[in-house]
Amino acid sequence: MIRTVRRNRRPLRVAALGAAALLALSACSSSAGSSSKKPGSSASASSAGKLSGTVTVFAAASLKESFTTLGEEFEKEHPGTKVAFSFGGSDSLAASITGGAPADVFASASPKTMKIVTAAGDASGPPATFVRNRLEIATLPGNPDKISSLKDLTRPGLKAVLCDKEVPCGTAAQKALNAGGLELTPASYEQDVKAALTKVQLKEADAAVVYKTDVRAAGDKVEGVEFPESADAINDYPIVRLKDARNAEAAKAFIALVRSAEGQRVLTEAGFLKP
Amino acid sequence: MSLTDGAGAAAGTLRGGPRRRRVRMSGDRGVPLPLLVPALIGLAFLVVPLIALLVRTPWRSLPEQLTSAEVWQALELSLICATAATAVSVVIGVPLAWLLARIDFPGRGLVRALVTLPLVLPPVVGGVALLMALGRNGIVGTYLDSWFGVTLPFTTAGVVVAEAFVAMPFLVISVEGTLRAADPRYEEAAATLGASRFTAFRRVTLPLIAPGIAAGAVLAWARALGEFGATITFAGNFPGRTQTMPLAVYLALQSDPEAAIALSLVLLAVSIAVLAGLRDRWMTPG
Amino acid sequence: MIETFDAPADAAPDGLDARLVVDRGTFRLDVALAVAPGEVVALLGPNGAGKTTALRALAGLAPLTGGHLRLDGAELDRTPPESRPVGVVFQDYLLFPHLTALDNVAFGPRCQGTSKAEARARAAEWLDRMGLADHTGAKPRRLSGGQAQRVALARALAIRPRLLLLDEPLAALDARTRLEIRAQLRRHLAEFEAVAVLVTHDPLDAMVLADRLVVVEHGQVVQEGSPSGIARHPRTDYIAQLVGLNLYRGEADGHTVRLDSGPAITTTEVLSGPAFVAFPPSAVTLHRGRPTGSSARNVWRCEVAGLETHGDQIRADLTGELPIAADLSAAAAAELDLHPGTEVWATLKATQTHAYPA
Repeated sequence: MIRTVRRNRRPLRVAALGAAALLALSACSSSAGSSSKKPGSSASASSAGKLSGTVTVFAAASLKESFTTLGEEFEKEHPGTKVAFSFGGSDSLAASITGGAPADVFASASPKTMKIVTAAGDASGPPATFVRNRLEIATLPGNPDKISSLKDLTRPGLKAVLCDKEVPCGTAAQKALNAGGLELTPASYEQDVKAALTKVQLKEADAAVVYKTDVRAAGDKVEGVEFPESADAINDYPIVRLKDARNAEAAKAFIALVRSAEGQRVLTEAGFLKP
Repeated sequence: MSLTDGAGAAAGTLRGGPRRRRVRMSGDRGVPLPLLVPALIGLAFLVVPLIALLVRTPWRSLPEQLTSAEVWQALELSLICATAATAVSVVIGVPLAWLLARIDFPGRGLVRALVTLPLVLPPVVGGVALLMALGRNGIVGTYLDSWFGVTLPFTTAGVVVAEAFVAMPFLVISVEGTLRAADPRYEEAAATLGASRFTAFRRVTLPLIAPGIAAGAVLAWARALGEFGATITFAGNFPGRTQTMPLAVYLALQSDPEAAIALSLVLLAVSIAVLAGLRDRWMTPG
Repeated sequence: MIETFDAPADAAPDGLDARLVVDRGTFRLDVALAVAPGEVVALLGPNGAGKTTALRALAGLAPLTGGHLRLDGAELDRTPPESRPVGVVFQDYLLFPHLTALDNVAFGPRCQGTSKAEARARAAEWLDRMGLADHTGAKPRRLSGGQAQRVALARALAIRPRLLLLDEPLAALDARTRLEIRAQLRRHLAEFEAVAVLVTHDPLDAMVLADRLVVVEHGQVVQEGSPSGIARHPRTDYIAQLVGLNLYRGEADGHTVRLDSGPAITTTEVLSGPAFVAFPPSAVTLHRGRPTGSSARNVWRCEVAGLETHGDQIRADLTGELPIAADLSAAAAAELDLHPGTEVWATLKATQTHAYPA
């Protein structure tokens, strides 16, 4: 077997083929319909009545619960509009956008994945950070292993799972471990944050490092344990209107709603931090 | 049309039979268009993606990609696990196929349907089902853990279990078909010569159905090598322990498509090499 | 069902003593067989008569639903096939295709626990006796039909069976090989000291190979006896056809047998009560007009139903007063200008008939 000293990690670069391949992986729901007819004065989320048609939002999986709530509010506020969501891994979503998937808004879970879209020139302007997410340790209900710190996860015999280093939650977890000067050999590097959480919910793993929002969304099936190192690995969530948006006015209005006081209330309730 | 003639001649040569210059059945009448067009589309549909993979392969950086320890680790693990899963499938799948083919018991049709279910089940569902059964908290796994201290998830053995679960039906179906086609009277002849049912199976039936077992094992091996969903769900993903090639390809695709293409190429080459090698030796009759 | 009282076991003689009852849906086999050691019995019957079922029951491959099965005094009813001292030569031999002739023959001794070397030595000896010493290493697919048949026989004999079963042993062979193998098989069967039962639908095979015939029709034994006895005194249409005789059943009264269907046949034998009358087709003479000067005592008006060549003869199937098969030379047939539908008169001398009690 050949071993090279140099670990071969290439800089992030999404080739066109990769994007095309990702298109097949990501479930892309596109129902972008009518275009905006009137120039809107849509700085405020309360500007009702002037919008119509469908606005298509590609958003990180962790935003599912809060964005769905906001989508319903948006449709109520602007009768005649419809918000179509495609939730998925930020990487996959970014790749499908650069691959030409029809979307109006992109809300990603990391600046890194957002960069894929901006670097390809698909964003209409600079993205804005609308929330931040913090890591938490998810343990079994009642925390039977008495986990109180990130260091506890390194205990021998304890089965902890992390997200794979390739996905944002895994990158963040690695950053937190580095900040604490800890070395952790997990039972598995799961392919995304939900998979990591599921392993704890099924009691296959004793703990997982996931987002605070995921712990909250899982209800009483897991118990969250905060840890100080998570401060060093806070994820910014950027949002942007896309250049090729077919419903630019509605897209602007939706972003405004997300960033409004009401939007922030819904998001912080779900466990997100204000930017 | 020369297309069919060429194919016929090639087939004749492959079988080692007499070389015929023309395929008499098709003669000079050619292939009807309503068959030819869909056939060519079908061919293109299967082949073009593979060609695309070759076209877009980063040939220049390929040596660098392929010499990384991670690739070899994943490949080695894939080959070991697929082979182990195939061995497991043969050891328990062949007797199961024999049972289905030779013993008439109530509910046999239902059992056969259950055996083939993993063929149509989404592998991720299979992985979840395996967690429910053999996970640390599963209905069987609980006892494996408390009695023997064995837990399968997140272990290489777990990968083998997941792959065998998905791959074994291929073997069972293939072997059962061969058994049904084989003359059961050979077993009767063996019985009249004093062979117990097991001796008859071991010394007569098994050699007779060996080509069917080989074909089934190749199918199962190929399926196990490409297994993704059940493996990542049941066994997780840890380099060197449970990260097989398909998992490595998928995760590399998240951030490094070139690496993913390189890995895919390796997997493709290994599959082709093994299938071609086995085909010559086992899968052609005579 | 007929109740039979089994003889006490201590009185059981050597050899085979069986009553084979197998119920299979609408078909019922009920055959009693008693065969002494050294005797060769042929089960003869048409296709579907139950011969092969009887053979499978003897081998233990088909379970008995009634009756009994004793071999050399030992009960075998519940014994699985692998534990019975029974050797079988199957119709298409069923030689194991992946084993050489030698290993096919050594298979049985190996299963009986003989060491590999000794089993092979014994197998080689058997093949040598069969004149196959040069073919020990050949796979079955390289053997001719006759060679395969002898390997199958050697394989069955190598387990030293107390009962040898042969299912249509010559059916798979072509006519020329058949003649030769039949003679060889007859020799081997004559040397065999235990019970041999063979199943065949070919009367010639049965008569050449067997000491005694058991004729089975519709799952029942219809006639039993020596080959010559059965050939002379057939008791069913099937056997009569097999041995090439016209056969009728009726009530005898002196020199006359009045057939159930009406006409009477004059015979030389003097009998009374139920009787069979048999005569060969060649004994019948045909005429276009009513014969006047014939000394024949039997004259019937018939009609030609069909004609076919039968060796160098023409066989005429006649209907009318009496259904008869008549053989005549091709020249005679041309002279009489016979066609289907032609009206003819058939005469038969009493001296050509053979009557016996039914």
